[in-house]
Amino acid sequence: MSLILFTEQMLNGLQFGVMLFLMAAGLTLIFGVMGLINLAHGSLYMVGAFAAAWVAGASGSFLLALMASLAAAAAAGALIELTVIRRLYARDHLDQVLATFALILIFSEGTRWAFGSFPLFLDIPPLLSGPVTLPGGIEYPLYRLTIILVGLTVAAALFALIARTRIGIQIRAGESDREMIAALGVNISALYTLVFALGAALAGLAGALIGAIQSVQVGMGEPVLILAFVVIVIGGIGSIKGALVGAILVGLTDTLGRILLPAFFSQFMAPQAANSVGSSLASMAIYILMAVVLVVRPGGLFGKA
Amino acid sequence: MKLKTLAMAGVLGMAACAAQADIKVGMITTLSGGGAGLGIDVRDGFMLALEQSGRSDIEVIIEDDQRKPDIAVQLADKMIQSDKVDVMTGIIWSNLAMAVVPGAVAQGKFYLSPNAGPSALAGKGCNKNYFNVAWQNDNLHEGAGAYASDAGYKSAFILAPNYPAGQDALTGFKRFFKGDLAGEIYTQLGQTDYAAEIAQIRASGADSVFFFLPGGMGISFLKQYADSGVGLPVVGPAFSFDQGILQAVGDAALGVINTSQWNKDIDNPTNAGFVASFSAKYDRLPSLYASQGFDTANLLISALESADINDQDAFRAALEAADFNSTRGEFAFGPNHHPIQNIYVREVIKEGDIYTNKIIGTALTQHGDAYAAECKM
Amino acid sequence: MRREPLLNGAVFLGLLALVLWAWAVDEPFTITLATRVAILALAGVGLNLALGLGGLVSLGHAVFFGIGGYAMGILASHAQSYSPLIEWPVLIEGTKSMPVIWLVAMSASGLAALAIGALSLRTSGVYFIMITLAFGQMFYYFAISWPAYGGEDGLSIYVRNGFPGLNTLDPIQFFAICYVILGLALWLFSRLSRSAFGLALGAARQNAERVMAVGIAPYRLRLVAFTLSGVITGLAGALFADLNRFVSPTMFSWQTSGEIMVFVILGGVARLFGPVIGAAVFILLEHMLGGLSEFWHIYLGAVLLGVVLFARGGIIGLIAGREVHHD
Repeated sequence: MSLILFTEQMLNGLQFGVMLFLMAAGLTLIFGVMGLINLAHGSLYMVGAFAAAWVAGASGSFLLALMASLAAAAAAGALIELTVIRRLYARDHLDQVLATFALILIFSEGTRWAFGSFPLFLDIPPLLSGPVTLPGGIEYPLYRLTIILVGLTVAAALFALIARTRIGIQIRAGESDREMIAALGVNISALYTLVFALGAALAGLAGALIGAIQSVQVGMGEPVLILAFVVIVIGGIGSIKGALVGAILVGLTDTLGRILLPAFFSQFMAPQAANSVGSSLASMAIYILMAVVLVVRPGGLFGKA
Repeated sequence: MKLKTLAMAGVLGMAACAAQADIKVGMITTLSGGGAGLGIDVRDGFMLALEQSGRSDIEVIIEDDQRKPDIAVQLADKMIQSDKVDVMTGIIWSNLAMAVVPGAVAQGKFYLSPNAGPSALAGKGCNKNYFNVAWQNDNLHEGAGAYASDAGYKSAFILAPNYPAGQDALTGFKRFFKGDLAGEIYTQLGQTDYAAEIAQIRASGADSVFFFLPGGMGISFLKQYADSGVGLPVVGPAFSFDQGILQAVGDAALGVINTSQWNKDIDNPTNAGFVASFSAKYDRLPSLYASQGFDTANLLISALESADINDQDAFRAALEAADFNSTRGEFAFGPNHHPIQNIYVREVIKEGDIYTNKIIGTALTQHGDAYAAECKM
Repeated sequence: MRREPLLNGAVFLGLLALVLWAWAVDEPFTITLATRVAILALAGVGLNLALGLGGLVSLGHAVFFGIGGYAMGILASHAQSYSPLIEWPVLIEGTKSMPVIWLVAMSASGLAALAIGALSLRTSGVYFIMITLAFGQMFYYFAISWPAYGGEDGLSIYVRNGFPGLNTLDPIQFFAICYVILGLALWLFSRLSRSAFGLALGAARQNAERVMAVGIAPYRLRLVAFTLSGVITGLAGALFADLNRFVSPTMFSWQTSGEIMVFVILGGVARLFGPVIGAAVFILLEHMLGGLSEFWHIYLGAVLLGVVLFARGGIIGLIAGREVHHD
């Protein structure tokens, strides 16, 4: 494999990882602050993508579509937090899993009822379409570079938010001692709604960004959701830094596994069989990675356990 | 259930109650969840043909399999055991067909497939009561291979998901492609990001790309491929360029070549009537799945006109004759009850604001399938 | 508190009465539905052992359900095609005999549960949920892309496997088999929950330190419970495959794990009859709502949500009141 191809694949892995981070950040934040395991996070990703596709179709503006995705996902997040999720904070994980599983059913079929059974159209804005040539002669799609940039910016903003702002201090306090910050006079339920809406907005943004290069359809959130869970478990649940490291690790493992494993097996197997075995193993690679991490460090890479 | 039966009876314009129907058709298809678009098209095409036939003695029992094999088997049991249907049809997916069809035909029911055509049911596992009105799964891929050879491509890069239909697709393409392969990749089923594969295509030195990625996978691949600037010509089967999903791919699909046994511009009166009446009734252009549902119903009606369904041998002979006006023009069954038909080459175009296909040539003429020889009925 | 045993008895006999009625009026499909309830309830009883007694929230029980299913599928498909399973070092033939298949299904899923449990039980809480989910996904993708036994298409078995002295193709006789096995599993569950082992397991769930203080290792207790749980769910998988005469990777999907969990929670976690009532209600809802609307998943979601939010302790909790001890 040439160096150029390898570098391009590393970029692909990085881009995939950054996208996973947008999903995982919200999940891990919500878990860290409220102790809630939210299976419906993938539905918020879908809401973001559908809102973006709908607004882009009506207005023709990608920027408006992105803002719509943030607003719609945040609103949907706040709505389910106020009606359902806040009753679940005091419950065990089992109830949370079941209730948010029920939310997935409602969101998916509700979206299908509202938008029909066929995928929607959302395109890359003309300004960002097509490839650019990077130093070293790599041709790489500009839009994917933009996703990497947006993702890293969001990551930096999140770190700044948590490290430097008043809300960040409350969030950190909420992670370590829930009773204490209530005693200090912080409006805890407003804080929770805010954190949940923030996580939802990040998922919605990811949905809109990815929707432009994938298919905007019902059920698009669940595969990403499972990957995002893998990410936060590898990184350590509750840790934003862990989510970033885990996301990039998973992105690289998945992308490179898909390329390298079939090539590896074709060294000593017939091409067809090598292809088949290699890609089977590649699809299992990140789960194997996760199992290994947990066996070695049961609390994840940056977890507290 | 009862509610639905009655509603269907209403659609058929029946004055009397459902119990008077002479012929019962059980349709198991996908009406909820991600793949519902295909099932809805098959159902709508089928019901349109029944309505146009004016026959009031056919009752259709429609159930949703949710694209789950175990639900499909359960529904088949119900239709055979309690509804006592005569004919079954409707299944979209090969894995669901493999779950239902062998059992249904073993119990003496007729099964008319409006979509799935797994190789196992065309070859060693063929059955005298199983008829496929759509295609054997390999057909459209074989057409793509033949087209790629005719177009003078020497070195193709081919990819498909890593599951049986994907493996069959690549095998089918290679069966008719005379050039070399620059690369062959199996992707993950349900994969949505193809950046790594597109990078490999760019580096492979291929002169063309063949892909089989049904549903959302194909939409994702085409959008990302168009944006990557690789720009090699792309060939694929009709499933990724169907009326239902073309609008979601948009400009990225324009000019792409795909193979199909049907298109809305096939020039015959049946097809013209079908396209006009389907568009008028459902307010959308028909898809290839709708045409298959329509043809399936017309085949059934043609056999009912000439034979009594209780005389299984006569009815089977009437089905074999395939004496109906197909939207595809010429249509006949091969020895394994799979179609012998033309596979056309289509190009994606834009008509006003709507993306659609037009036929630009014929890839394979009067084409059967590779498994017929293995079939012993 | 005497209401729950009464309810349990009524449910268990009610299922039998329904089937006998269906048999009398010749409604074979109702018997098939009841068989489905019995088998899915059995899978739930397996999960309930880990989830209810052990407090182990496993989102990967589809692994054992699927292994049971594939044990049946692989053995029967070899018997069907008269090709041996392995020729070397010893000749192993396929089989169409249910007892043999059950034994293989239970051992295979038990072994898998032992291995997965040994790794997963090192973690706890959300990590445990997620690692079991990851194992489920691993098996799912493996089954889809493994070409030898049909991949995503799955395996069709044309004739149901045999049980000595019975005609298993007759719906009511096959129901009888499943019903008796379900009864045995329930009996086992109730014995276990009252045994020293079950009490220690329950104590470890509530307070692991206290159990360790009296010299019992919670890890071992949980591993045994998880393995037993896998064995029972595996047996259910083999029966489910035989009911459908078909097995496919869908049995391994995370939605299957989710559904088995729904049965348990819907009925009532740690309740002896929780999974039975949960599975019965679920099948009933699926059957009724499916006829009402194409979008019936919305209603199903709403019902589930209602149960979690307002009926803690599941349906049994709603009817029989809350209880702490398993009785």
